Amino acid sequence: MTTWHIILIASAATLALKLVGHLVPAGFLERERPARIADLLTVALLAALIAVQTLGAGQEIVVDARVPAVIVAAALYALRVPFIVVVAVAALVAAGIRALA
Amino acid sequence: MDERTAADASAAGDGDDVAAERSTAVRDSLAVGLATAIYGVSFGALAVAAGLDIWQTCFLSLVMFTGGSQFALVGVLASGGVAAGWSAIATAAMLGIRNVVYGMRMKPIVDDVDPATGRGSIWRRVAAAWVTIDESTAVALAQSNDRAARMGFWVTGITIFVGWNLTTLAGALIGDAIGDTRAWGLDAAAAAAFLGLLWPRLKRFQAGAVAVAAAVVATLTTPVLMPGLPVLVAAVVAVVVGWFNLFDRRRAS
Repeated sequence: MTTWHIILIASAATLALKLVGHLVPAGFLERERPARIADLLTVALLAALIAVQTLGAGQEIVVDARVPAVIVAAALYALRVPFIVVVAVAALVAAGIRALA
Repeated sequence: MDERTAADASAAGDGDDVAAERSTAVRDSLAVGLATAIYGVSFGALAVAAGLDIWQTCFLSLVMFTGGSQFALVGVLASGGVAAGWSAIATAAMLGIRNVVYGMRMKPIVDDVDPATGRGSIWRRVAAAWVTIDESTAVALAQSNDRAARMGFWVTGITIFVGWNLTTLAGALIGDAIGDTRAWGLDAAAAAAFLGLLWPRLKRFQAGAVAVAAAVVATLTTPVLMPGLPVLVAAVVAVVVGWFNLFDRRRAS
């Protein structure tokens, strides 16, 4: 499998899901339990991605400059600082710590 | 937002209600649309940092066009490479499931049924599906009537589509130019981007509990599973908690 295969399959899947919502009669996903699971699925996947992106290095868990950067990002989101600013500050914090180390 | 809509509507005369609501919808749409479109820069830079070329990066923003799935796909590829391809696809697809729910909510609002045939245009439906994302749905649902909701959906969706693709290209070019992405802290920026997508979803206790549990599961399984799989295993937390409706503080109180 090449990068292009991955991109094409994943794009086809996500686009198909969008079309399903608009073309298939409503039903299953409007019931309470499936709707709740769909909602929580997004939360779980994003939280897991944060953990892996912050602590993972291949198959190792590494605590490095990413951790303080993410803590600063959380504080800024709590203060309602806009997304793009927080992302840039997080990069600056990590880059700064690495430059000094 | 609701209060302002109501205030605008009551300040205007009866005949101006519709115009006032439409202009509120357009204003909301442009504010949300432009703010969202800007962070396509971070996606473009991160995608290139993950090893995608500029064409692949732009293709994702044009066709996939759903931020969470796009960030997830390049995030998993960044950690596991092409070997983690199926995990990357599965993660992106599962994050896209919420768009099915959004589509079902938006369908009655955006469907413009042709009175002659009694059917909506298929192309309009495909276009609506294409721009069905968190933001277009949220702006539409925040409006006070169907006409304003339809306006909000389309203006937000189209603004973000155009802006997101332009900023993705800009970000990809920047990412391509800067080279060593770790020295620039782009790996930390990716984590902060995921946190930004998660943040507005943490208002309920149940969501917070799922987030913490999923993060713990992903961390603990990282040393023992292939890169990419820990994220998928963590998704099981959502299925279990959602199925049994655990940690639901509203029900308990």
